[in-house]
Amino acid sequence: MKKIFSLHTDLDAFIPATEDDKKYMVQMRESSTFLKDGIKRLLKNKVATVSLFIVIIIALSSIILPFFWPYQYDTMLGITPGKPVDSSYNNLGPFEYGATEQAMLDAGEDVFPHVFGTDNQGRDYFIRVVYGTRISLAVGFFASIIVLIIGLTIGSLAGYIGGKVDIIIMRLVDIIYSLPDMLMVILLSTVLKTTLEPVIEGTILAKLGSNMISLFIVFGLLYWVSMSRLIRGQILALREQEYVLAAQAVGAKSRWIITKHLIPNCISVVIISTALQIPSAIFTESYLSFLGLGVNAPMPSLGSLASDALNGLQSYPSRLIIPAIVISLIVLSLNLLGDGLRDAFDPKLR
Amino acid sequence: MNSKTLQYILKRLLLAILTVWVVITVTFFVTRAIPGGPFMSEKAISAEAQAALEAKYGLDKPVFEQYTTYLKDIVTAFDFGPSIKNRGRDVIEIIVDGMETSIPLGLTAAFSALITGIVLGAVAALRRNKIIDKVIMVITTAFVSMPSFVMGVLLLMLFAVTLGWVPANGAADGGLILPIITLALYPMAYITRLTRSSMLDVLGQDYIRTARAKGVSKWKIIFGHALKNSLIPVITYFGPMLAYIVTGSLVVERIFAVPGIGRAFVSSINDRDYPMIMGTTIVLAILIVVMNLVSDILYKVVDPRINLE
Repeated sequence: MKKIFSLHTDLDAFIPATEDDKKYMVQMRESSTFLKDGIKRLLKNKVATVSLFIVIIIALSSIILPFFWPYQYDTMLGITPGKPVDSSYNNLGPFEYGATEQAMLDAGEDVFPHVFGTDNQGRDYFIRVVYGTRISLAVGFFASIIVLIIGLTIGSLAGYIGGKVDIIIMRLVDIIYSLPDMLMVILLSTVLKTTLEPVIEGTILAKLGSNMISLFIVFGLLYWVSMSRLIRGQILALREQEYVLAAQAVGAKSRWIITKHLIPNCISVVIISTALQIPSAIFTESYLSFLGLGVNAPMPSLGSLASDALNGLQSYPSRLIIPAIVISLIVLSLNLLGDGLRDAFDPKLR
Repeated sequence: MNSKTLQYILKRLLLAILTVWVVITVTFFVTRAIPGGPFMSEKAISAEAQAALEAKYGLDKPVFEQYTTYLKDIVTAFDFGPSIKNRGRDVIEIIVDGMETSIPLGLTAAFSALITGIVLGAVAALRRNKIIDKVIMVITTAFVSMPSFVMGVLLLMLFAVTLGWVPANGAADGGLILPIITLALYPMAYITRLTRSSMLDVLGQDYIRTARAKGVSKWKIIFGHALKNSLIPVITYFGPMLAYIVTGSLVVERIFAVPGIGRAFVSSINDRDYPMIMGTTIVLAILIVVMNLVSDILYKVVDPRINLE
């Protein structure tokens, strides 16, 4: 045995390392990108992950379920061509059946249940809620995309060009920003609803309905300002970075610098504010639907379902509670997800 | 007040006036785009109202002249012309009538939201990460995610229909309790969160530690130092809160059948009573813009540390 305090050198410690030893010493980690980093951090946040799952489940089921469901959102079950209207289908409670369905059940056949019952026109309520969810989500998503595109373009132009262009755009932004947005939304939707109807008649757009289009127009007109303000601020800071100067020095064009250098560097801000824009758009749509300015009948949205249910509230409270819960769940989980995204993607908080 | 503050106030005032002008202009020209013009109606309109409108705005005259007449009437006399649906009544009369119900409703909601919000926020901040803080945060998160009409209807069903404690009709005695609560819950939740975070920020400041080191009593620190300073950010919420209450009252007054300005506005939308829509939009917009102006200026005056640019 070698003594602990002896100065005698242990020659074994100087044997060259074998290949196995080298492998053991060197640990290669997979290289990580900005996106991977962010997603990893997002998944560590339990609240955000649960919210993400809820959003995905709701979105997927609103897309897939209508393909399998035996009922349509606009079929009035009591009406069969050539027969008198069967009013036993109207206002069914959950898991109740219409007269002919009951007869089929008694004969031992299978009838698909009306999980949430039917509405006052004999339409299966479950599929209406699913469809309404789909519409509300689609409105929220596309409205945010419109806001994103307009805000990103104008904001980055104002920030990069600067000077007079910047001043003019920012004054415009100031004014639109100080407008009472909801009142303007109501006014524009009211007017566009009437104005658009004759214009879009017979085109593909007519299928969407004038109200939905006016909703998108209103979002495009009013809600881009905060996004463009945010992006302009980011670009102003990024513009002074050395790599932009370097790009300019080697002769890169403005367009190249904006799209390849500036926008990718403010992508985290863009992701976060787009994610938070979706619930606010859903909120606005349900609010407008409740005032009768939302999607066109018979198309349902969660807001219009709640609004319609208000009349039969005392007798059929479930018709209001169901869409109300779905809206609240969507908005809550999207908000929490947005907060999680901010924590995960905002480099300043690291 | 120094010249820089005055300059700021002047600038904000100009922006506010500009905003009101933009609202009036947009309202006028947008409704002008309606086929047949805003003063036509597919509904049977009384001959007098039609004649009065045509005479007033000179519908045969060029659009720009009609616009200047409209603008002049608003600026000089607050006159928005007659309503199409309510025969023989001027828009401004209907608005003033509705305001008599809506202003007390909105103000009560705003004050209850402020008081409860500040108290809950302060409690949550002082009991940070304790169970009561968590309960408050969960409840306020839920309130912030619930549209006002959902909240209103749920309250209506619980307290008016099921329990029968208060009348469901807003015009009845005590019928304004539920509308006030409905309107107050969202701003309350928001103010709670705002107060909590700003109070947490203030409690970490050096001057709180100094006060504690000097032996100032706990309550004096909370009320005299912490709460007072943490309320400054709440001032900035005055404007948005009013905007929320105005737009919220549209649905809340519809749900509870409150005879206020909000319900009048919603029914004018459904009736396509354009002079009424234009008038109400402009009046409510002025209200919101003025409140935003006041809260911005107040914020600056209360805390001179705040940098204006």
